[in-house]
Amino acid sequence: MALTGVLRPGHVAIRVLEMGPALKHYIDVLGLIETARDEKGRVFLKAWDEHDHHSVVLRETDEAGMDYLGWKVDSPATLKKLAGDIEKSKLCSDFEWIPKGEHPETGERFRFTIPTGHVMELFAEKKQVGNNCGTEGPNVNPDPWPDGLKGISPSRFDHCLLYGDDLDGSVKFFREVLGFGIAEQVMAGPKKDFMIGAFLSCSNKAHDVAFIRQPVKGKFHHASFELGSWEKVLRAGDILSRNKTSIDIGPTRHGITRGETIYFFDPSGNRNEVFSGGYIYYPDEPAITWTEEELGPGIFYHDRKLNEAFLSVFT
Amino acid sequence: MSFQITVENSGETFRCAAEVHVLEAMEKAVCKGIPVGCRNGGCGACKVQVQAGRYATRKMNRAVISAEDEVRGIVLACKIYPQSDLTLTAIGPMARVTAPCGSAPSGLDSGTHA
Ligand code: FES
Ligand SMILES: [Fe+2]
Repeated sequence: MALTGVLRPGHVAIRVLEMGPALKHYIDVLGLIETARDEKGRVFLKAWDEHDHHSVVLRETDEAGMDYLGWKVDSPATLKKLAGDIEKSKLCSDFEWIPKGEHPETGERFRFTIPTGHVMELFAEKKQVGNNCGTEGPNVNPDPWPDGLKGISPSRFDHCLLYGDDLDGSVKFFREVLGFGIAEQVMAGPKKDFMIGAFLSCSNKAHDVAFIRQPVKGKFHHASFELGSWEKVLRAGDILSRNKTSIDIGPTRHGITRGETIYFFDPSGNRNEVFSGGYIYYPDEPAITWTEEELGPGIFYHDRKLNEAFLSVFT
Repeated sequence: MSFQITVENSGETFRCAAEVHVLEAMEKAVCKGIPVGCRNGGCGACKVQVQAGRYATRKMNRAVISAEDEVRGIVLACKIYPQSDLTLTAIGPMARVTAPCGSAPSGLDSGTHA
């Protein structure tokens, strides 16, 4: 297996103010599929082309934002090894093993807090429930997509953008301890040596997680879901407008990662994105650098400036 | 039933029906005195101090509006529904003193192409 270690962002746990409107949004409008509820009232969802049991966890409480982001690793042995590396690195805090079964159909998870204040988890095992495309059993002679999809219906949960203060610490952690590469970076200062944004990849994707430096701890900018084409991004805009979903910006294009995008808000004010495109990243490629002055087109390539909400609106 | 909303920091006034949240009525009136973020009670961009008037509320993110805030009339414009005329001031992180709506040539997008 050439892709080893950390494979992908495997789940994002999002806090919502009211579960009813949240489910209408995430199931009927975004088009995720509910796979479980637990006795605590949490609801577990997946996108249609994900094989693993769930990729989004919703929890009702009185604060919006992200509880944690979980990363799937390639094996239980890797989970043990990385947990040890993380404790030794001195970059993280609040280590905790979450027992098998605390998330349904999921093995044990190693939880920790990174320098920007975000809670992260690693896990190795989650039941594969499939993508419902097989015609003669799961994954045998599959159709390209299943019947019965609702709403925008992205294929997968793709990445998060997070805001926090100790960007250097979190970037060092993801690069040196978890083996991520920097696909793109935003640099400020007279010598252009002060990093204010980092787009990090553990795969062939242009990013699996991104951070922007802001004087806050553990803040959530958006969770993003993948669509197969620009036309589907436009169709997502149609579906959002029809449902009177609060749209932040788009459809438009990001300069950074080249993705075609639309930003919108769930009913608790947590930002979501659906996007298509981007490029294939390889870890031996040079990092792309954006300068602070060109952050406008970096984020919104057509407008060539940030909207005010980009830097100020997060949960 | 609709009520008059006065935004002190911009001098704007607009009408808002009892079943519509104040931020939505402001956007429909093409006014700008209260900054707009998520429109869903999460981000705190539309935080206001209500000086006068009665209103109903819906659930707001406690990370941006504490229980004490709420008692003191510090609330989110996207989560309040007027029950009388209201006077309020925007106090969120993007709030500023702005010109009343209609004073820019088109009344549209007056802040973004400067
Ligand atoms: S606009 Fe985000 S809380 Fe009202
Ligand atoms: Fe994104």
